[in-house]
Amino acid sequence: MTHSLIHWFRFASPQSFYPLAGKLVPWFWALAALTGAAGLYIGFFVAPTDAQQGEGYRIIFVHVPASWMSMFIYLVMAFWAGLGLVLNTRLSGMMAQALAPTGALMAALSLWTGALWGKPMWGAWWVWDARLTSELILFFLYIGFIALQAAIDDPRRADKAGAVLALVGVVNIPIIYFSVKWWNTLHQGSTINLNKAPSMATTMLWGMLLMALCFWMYSIAVALMRARAIILERERHTEWVKHALD
Amino acid sequence: MLGIVFALPRVPRGKPVFPPMNPLIAATRRDLLLALRRKSEVLTTVFFFVIVVSLFPLGIGPEPVLLKKIAPGVLWVAALLATLLGLPRLFAADHLDGTLEQMALSPQPLGLLVSGKILAHWLSCGLPLVLLAPLLGLQFDLEASALGVLTVALLLGTPLLSLIGAIGAALTLGVRGGGVLLALLVLPLYIPALIFGAGAVEAHIAGLDVGGHLSLLAAMLALATFFAPWATTAALRIALE
Repeated sequence: MTHSLIHWFRFASPQSFYPLAGKLVPWFWALAALTGAAGLYIGFFVAPTDAQQGEGYRIIFVHVPASWMSMFIYLVMAFWAGLGLVLNTRLSGMMAQALAPTGALMAALSLWTGALWGKPMWGAWWVWDARLTSELILFFLYIGFIALQAAIDDPRRADKAGAVLALVGVVNIPIIYFSVKWWNTLHQGSTINLNKAPSMATTMLWGMLLMALCFWMYSIAVALMRARAIILERERHTEWVKHALD
Repeated sequence: MLGIVFALPRVPRGKPVFPPMNPLIAATRRDLLLALRRKSEVLTTVFFFVIVVSLFPLGIGPEPVLLKKIAPGVLWVAALLATLLGLPRLFAADHLDGTLEQMALSPQPLGLLVSGKILAHWLSCGLPLVLLAPLLGLQFDLEASALGVLTVALLLGTPLLSLIGAIGAALTLGVRGGGVLLALLVLPLYIPALIFGAGAVEAHIAGLDVGGHLSLLAAMLALATFFAPWATTAALRIALE
């Protein structure tokens, strides 16, 4: 029992996590490159042209995975933040901090590609649809988290304050989502119904799943790299960092 | 077992035993007294509200139909911003002179003291906005019944704003660029209150039932009353470490 516990918590120490992350990063990059190449090939050359949307729909292979990742990364970030508050582990805060910029990037990418997709399909760069609006608010939440952490000099305090904010955000995300959804139906602004999922060809689905996998691998690789940098920065006074950099 | 019994504090005779809610009332009373002694701060918030609301007709034009349509949103956004303006005051002064630290060290639960401070903040900052809103609504040509709905919605919504804002105020306590950062953290979390608060008035003007909007506001207020002081206390303890 005690043996297995020690085994699990071994990598909670930045010193032992740093080399592990270093070994894992190339693997995740390789997987990201492979799935990305396969996904893009299927997306651009194999998947059939959409009957209604023509070639323009192909941005879905970037847009949908980015949206998924933006939401999922916030959950993972809040998980690490909560873990850090409960167990008081240093690495948890570092992981949350490492994930935030990638999450913000995914949210921004999702909004950007959404606008590029919206212009030819709906004739507008932006509509105040429930999904678009809540994605925008999610982007604001990421920016708030990053700004709060950047404003506090003491890294331990920054971690804890960020953790409280991430948890408050996670409680609020469903409330925000449903309020925005209801606000949208009340106003009846746009007549476009995004909820009606079009029947999708199997190859399209495969392309999207491969691209989603690619985004996952990319996010993990980048988060691990960023976590390594944060570890070096915060532990710079220790002996092992001096040895690691030699 | 015996040890536990003997360890209970014995209350000296003649001294009243304080009921458990007393810290809350004491904290509220103290902050209200402080607010009364520094009236200009409260009045600044109120006039900010009035000025922001008055800017919209100047920017958009004096057509009554358009103004009536945007009135609920304008009043609510202005209330949001006015509440935000008063938030840094919530803990900053007590943090500077060490009172907050004493509160955290005192045997009274910090959560109750914080709740008292939030209540006082609402009474001195949110309630004046609620009372003033019908008057400003008249400038936008809202009918009496719509003004009533607006007041009720603000009455439910402004305490919610104070509660959520307190979390942000505690998180940004003593932090570089606290004021702007506070806005960045808190405003996205205010969106549900804005939607249902302004939505209630709009629904009423459109001839729809407002019960749903007000119930949801009340539900969010109940949730926030329970969780927000808790999260605020946690954030304050982090800031005081």
